[in-house]
Parts: sequence; C-alpha cells; structure tokens
Amino acid sequence: MPKIIIDPVTRIEGHLHVEVEVENGVVKDAWTCSTLFRGMETIVEGRPWYDAQHYTERICGVCPAPHGHNSAFALEDAAGVNIPVNGRLMRNLLECGQLLHDHVLWFYVLNGLDYVNVPSALGAKASSEELQTVQRRLQVFVDSGQLGFLESGYWDHPAYTLPPELNLQLAAHYLESVSIQATASEAFAVFGGKFPHHMSTPPGGWSSVPHEEQINRYAFKVREVKDFIDNKMVPDLLAIAPYYLDQASIGQGHGNYFSWGVLDWNDLEEGRPENRFFPQGAIIGALEGNLEVQPVNQLEDVLVWYNSTWQEPFNGVHPYEAKQRPDFTGPHGITEVAGLDRYAWDRSSTLKGVPCEVGPLAEMLMAYLVHGDSHPAKQMVDSTLAAVGQAGNVPVLFSNLGRIAARTLKIQLVADQTLAYVEALRENMKNGDLDFFAPFPDSPSGRGFSGWDAPRGSLAHWVELDGGVVSHYSVITPSGWNFSPRMTSDRIRGPVEEALVGTPVADPERPLEVLRTLHSFDP
Amino acid sequence: MNRLEKALEAHDLSRRDFLKGCAALAAAMGLGSSFAPNIARALAQAAERPPVVWVTWQECLGCTESVTKSRNPDFVSLVLDLVSVEYHEAIMAGAGESAHQSLQKTVSAGGYVLVVEGSVATGIENAMTVGGRTSVDIAREVIPAAALVIAIGNCAAFGNVQAAYPNPTGAVGMLEFMESEGMDTEKLVQLTTCPVNPVHLTSTITYFLTRGALPETDHWRRPLVHFGKKVHDMCERRAHFDEGRFVEQLGSEAEFNRYCLYKMGCRGPSTFADCPQVLFNGRTSWCVQAGQCIGCAEKDFWDELIDFYQPLPGIAIPGVGGIRADADTIGIGLAAATGAAIAAHFAVSAARGRLGKTQEVVEKEEEV
Repeated sequence: MPKIIIDPVTRIEGHLHVEVEVENGVVKDAWTCSTLFRGMETIVEGRPWYDAQHYTERICGVCPAPHGHNSAFALEDAAGVNIPVNGRLMRNLLECGQLLHDHVLWFYVLNGLDYVNVPSALGAKASSEELQTVQRRLQVFVDSGQLGFLESGYWDHPAYTLPPELNLQLAAHYLESVSIQATASEAFAVFGGKFPHHMSTPPGGWSSVPHEEQINRYAFKVREVKDFIDNKMVPDLLAIAPYYLDQASIGQGHGNYFSWGVLDWNDLEEGRPENRFFPQGAIIGALEGNLEVQPVNQLEDVLVWYNSTWQEPFNGVHPYEAKQRPDFTGPHGITEVAGLDRYAWDRSSTLKGVPCEVGPLAEMLMAYLVHGDSHPAKQMVDSTLAAVGQAGNVPVLFSNLGRIAARTLKIQLVADQTLAYVEALRENMKNGDLDFFAPFPDSPSGRGFSGWDAPRGSLAHWVELDGGVVSHYSVITPSGWNFSPRMTSDRIRGPVEEALVGTPVADPERPLEVLRTLHSFDP
Repeated sequence: MNRLEKALEAHDLSRRDFLKGCAALAAAMGLGSSFAPNIARALAQAAERPPVVWVTWQECLGCTESVTKSRNPDFVSLVLDLVSVEYHEAIMAGAGESAHQSLQKTVSAGGYVLVVEGSVATGIENAMTVGGRTSVDIAREVIPAAALVIAIGNCAAFGNVQAAYPNPTGAVGMLEFMESEGMDTEKLVQLTTCPVNPVHLTSTITYFLTRGALPETDHWRRPLVHFGKKVHDMCERRAHFDEGRFVEQLGSEAEFNRYCLYKMGCRGPSTFADCPQVLFNGRTSWCVQAGQCIGCAEKDFWDELIDFYQPLPGIAIPGVGGIRADADTIGIGLAAATGAAIAAHFAVSAARGRLGKTQEVVEKEEEV
C-alpha cells in the first residue's frame, strides 16, 4: 500500500509529521506525530507561584492569552483568590483580541491556500479598481521570477476548483487579512502591552487600570476587524463553499466533541463554565445521532495516556498525576514512524474514556445545543445551513467544511460579543467600580484547575502549589486532544488520525486533500 | 519603468509614501531621516530580492506572529517586495517533500539570509526534528551556506524558556551553538526580546541590504542601536522613579496614575533594549503600559531575574524629591548585584569603548 509521509506539515503552529496509507485513492490509515518537545511543565515546577503564567504563555505564541488565562485561573483556584468582575471583563476583552486575530489569520493565511489558487488570480477579470491593483501587484511579484513562499504550492492540482475571479477576490482578501489580523493584535496590545506574550494578567485579576483612551483605541480597532469579518470573511466563506461541497463529506472523525467553554456570558461574576458564551459540555457519539450535551467533570472524566508517546509510561492517569519524562525511542530524525508502538512526542487524552475532537466546531455545537434560542449561534447556524440547502441538517457539520464554517461563524459572534464587553466595562467604571485586582495571598498551597478554550479548542491547566511554589504543573493543549497518537489498551486512533481516514488522495506526490483535513483542525 | 516604480504602482503608493516608510526605517535604525533616500535607492537598485530561509525549531511561533504584526513595512510588503521568503514553514504553500525541495534549492545556491526562530535541541537531539532531520543536523547544513544569520527572539539567541532550569532538552541559542561548532559568529546578529520586535528585524535586514554589513553589536551579537541602552533609562515612567512615586499595589490608583513599577518587580533597570522607543505591534504599546518588564531581552532571565513580582535586590530606592544624579548610579550598582551576565555586559561594553558610543546614538536619535 503506498504510504505518504508529510514532514513538515506547513501552515500550522508547531511541528507535525504525518503518515498516511493510501488504498484505491483513499486514506486507509493515518499516524500523526508531533516532532517538538520542550518540557515546559517540568520547567515551571519550583518557580514562585505568581510567575507561572509568564512561563506558560510561552507554550504557544499564537495563543498566549488562553494559556495565560488558564494559568491565572488555576493559580487563583489553588490559592483561593476571587478576582474582581473588572478583572474578568479585561480577560474577556484580551481573549477576544486573541480570537479575532487568530481566526482571521487561520482563514486566509493558514487554511486559505488549500482552496485559493493564487496564480489563477492573474487570469481573472478584475471587477473593481481595488482588485486591479491587487492583480498588478501579484503580476509584478510573479514577473520577478522569485515566487518565494508560493513556489512550493500544488497550483495545478485538480482539487482547486474556484473560478479565477473568486481566486482573485480571495487573494486580495488574503493580503488585506494580514493587516486586519495585525489590527486585532493591536487591540490586544492596547490592554496587554504586546502581542504575543502580554504582561497584564497576574493571578488576582488585571495589573493595570485602563484609561478611556485605551478603551477607545481597543473598540475602534475591533470595529475595523468586525467590519472585515462581516463584509469580507463571512461572505468569502459563503462564496467558496458551493465549490467545495465535497468537503462536507470528508474528515468526519470519531464524532465525539468536547469544550471547556470560553468567554463569560450571562453570569459574569460567577463565571460558571456551563453558562459561558461558548458553554462547557461534551457530545459523545454524534455520528450515531446522539446529540445530547453531557456535563464534564474534570476530576473524573479526563485521563492522559502515554502508550504511544516518547515519554515514560504512566498509562491512563489524571493530569494531577501526569509527568513529563522524555524517553526517545524512535528513529534518528523521526524519519518514519508508522507501525512503531511509540511514535510521537504528544501524549494522548481521553474524555469519558474516548478520544474527543476539540475546537470551534465543538464550541458552536455546545452553544447551539445548550443555549438554544437564547444564543445568537442558533439563528446563525440555522440560517447558514438553510442558505446552502441543508436546512436542519446539523450532521453535515461533522466534516472539514463544518469545521471551516464553524470557525468563521464563531468569530462573527465573537466580534459582536467583544463590543458588549466594552460596554460592560464602561458601565462598571461609570458606576465607580475601579477594582481590577485582588492582592496575592502569602505563600499559598493547594490544587487548582482551569479549563478555558484556546482558539484551537479545549485548553486546561492543572497546578499544585506548596508554600507559594509550584510543585506540579500539567497542561492539555488542543493538540493534546486533536493530535493524540493512538491511545488506551485498544490503541484507538486520535481524532485527527481518525478524520484522515477516508480522505481522497488524487496524487500521492501532491497530497493537497490531506492538508485540507489537517488544516480544518487549525493545528 | 524600474522595479521600484512598478512595485509602487502595483501598490497604488506614491513615491512620497515610500520615502515616508524609508524614513521610518531609518529612524528605527537610529540613522536620522536624511538617510532615507539612501535606503530608497538601495532598495530600488536591488535587482533581486534577497532570498530568505526562515527556520523554526524549538519555539512557540511567537516571533513569526510578532513579525506578521509589523507596520512600515507591513508583513506583506516584507514578503512580496523587500525579500523573497523561499522557506518558512508557517506561511509557505507546499508541504513535505515540496517544502523540502524549496529549502534544498536555496541552500545549494547559498548566500541567503538565514532567519532562525527557536532554539537548537542539543541534549535530546530528536526533541526537535523537521523532515527527518534534527535541528542540529539542519543547523549544520543551513548556517555555513548563509550570508548572514539573524537569530530572532530569545529562543534563537539564548534558548529562552526551554533552556531554563533544568533545560530538559539541552536547548541552546545560536551564539552558543555556532561557537561550539567552530562557526564564524561574525555573520550572526541576535535580536533577543521575547518575542522579537519586528522593528528590530526589518531594520537589521534593511541595514544589511543598504550597507552590505551588519550593525555594530555587543558581546551577545545584539545591535547596539537597539540593545545598547537600558529600558529604565528610556522608560515613560522614569520621571516617577526619579521623584520617588511608586506603584505599591497592582490595579491601584497609583497604577492608574502610571507611577513607577519598580516595586512591582520591574526589570527595566537591568534590561538592555529599546522597547520604550520602538514599542510593539505597530507602536501600539509595550509591556510597561500593561505590567512590568520581566527582562526578556536578557540571557537566562527565566532563572536569573525571577520572582518577577518582587523588586530587584540590592538597589536603593529614591526617596521623595528629585535625585536624578543618583538614578544612573543605581543602574550601575544593580548590574553588579543582579548577576555576572549583566555585569559582563557593562564590562565588555566599557572595554570596547561602547558605552560612549551608545551615548552618541542616543543623541542622534534625539535629533531625529
């Protein structure tokens, strides 16, 4: 059976090696292998407790906000600190800046080139002066003979099916999106100091009291981003979807979805996960028609598996017991891994005993099913399904196209919600509430947990403190769910491995379709 | 029509806009606006955009993220007009074998700009691999053939957080790696903040393009123009330090008044970087507008400057009343107190007569 090795998988955060076995032009089996290990959890141990979030932000430079937030929430949980409402509001505002930047960047720069054929845009009939300008710019670039980052593309692949005019429109928006995601990051930086790696979020709340001019700058930058999302990104999704309806039946996966929830909503003071804007919950067995949302108990439901990882084995342990002890047994350079018992740096994770897909699709499903008509997700998803002739057909979302649509629609909701937080902050400050921070307790001890989704999906931190020092730290990132290698004694495939099965491959030399399934997870 | 004119037309940019961008770059490089036309000429004359190989090893991708936030020049202009990014895993269209071929083609031609993001794993070498090779294997191939090596961010320069105790994978930065391999470090420049400031990268690239040389550096191979001065000395809150007005509690009224964060643990007095001047995210903000400085431009700051919310030890705090003369002494006294690395910085700078040089640079920038 021909095997395809893709290494590096490009246009992702992190380092990924993927192998697929192809039979009759379809993926029969797959292995995902993370090829980077740093030992961050070990490094945080022994540090002053309130410093932890500075270390853990550096786990991901694409999503430092949710790492910093989970760290701070978990430290507060361990130390028994209640943060002021304004502290929560500021964290929501920072998280929104993070999300707005992330999803825009993903839609065009990371995922977009799988669907948009840039060279084809040169042959388009430009319908506006703006598009003519972009076309000229691309022409100069191509005429230079130095195609740079575009040279390696699979541009003559038959799976690129957009007409030249749509390719030009999307290419123009690709270029514009780079500026827009920078604007979203500037909104983030107004409050956080810089993006990535903000300085604003110690345990206790928020370090600085915002000035009105900062709130203004934040709000106006967000409006600019929202304008782009409403008038370009969402219409782009609807414009290209009809050409790629095949993606609605590719990349199904296990059909188990899970989210810790993210962004506070109608009980801001309590911040209960099941009441968040994207609420906490799990759906197990969606492909069998089970769409009931189950509650999640982090102490009972989450297990970390080591049976396929290059770390010392502690099979099926809770994150409070999980350790990072590297023990590399693979081939030098990680050349080929299929068939090896241990074949990745990532550990695997199960929820309620099964592998779970995490990310915006899971988040949108929870908002849709938990909050129902009281939440804008319901109307948005229903009308989008109707617009593509799939009214009421929620299962069509369990696919690559579903993930792409969910992430795009989600960010439109987030942009609206961002401005609601701005108003809430202004209202509080107008009423004289200038409380943003609760002081550090002296040398706290205890266990703490926080689950709060990152842009790519479920992210949680577990911490144990002993006399003001971090004595244990554990993180499960979204990749720790989606890119799990085989797990449990049954060696069940990880969510992405399972989603790759069934992906068509027209040309093993140019595995564009495999990249589409991978990128739909925003790895 | 020459290449520049074509490019400007394609952007709907006037020559005036272009020169404005060049002036911004000149200012970032500490060169003064009169140098802008030279930059413009050099950029216009470059027949080919210089090829760039951008490798990402043990990192968080935060430096790539940071550079995509660049303004003047913006990231699209950098990639389409200024340089030719032949290899960068996070943005390139192809993957796997196709990506690998792009790398091989550029490396065999040689003479490219190598941008390194992330540390090299030298302990557990297989803790970092790409395309069937470890970061050590790749580094040994791509460094010797490069015209210059720009280590961006604290990971590439010093190993950063993954090199902090107990450094589980043996992560090291470029200077240490190249020295241990006997490679020529004269072609290395290190831009050491976490993440890299895009201004530092674009100004280093255009400096090289326009002058064919690297800017003058300190003993860590950091450009003096960006790393020759203390954060504390340029801080927008410095006047409050001198007058003895301190934030005593985060989120307080004193913080609302933006008093000095020294007592909240600010590492500005021991950190060499021009963050207060160039800011981050298109000059939107910088750390001290949101919290304190944690010293992210320095080697081993995760081990040597920690307990980030406690004041730096061994420093006399100014009382009420202006004591500007003493403030500089504090900085120097502190350098001795906070570890050999920083003291060495002073010693080497002083030995090379560069402290005086730094002063000139400051004056030049004030003229601009």
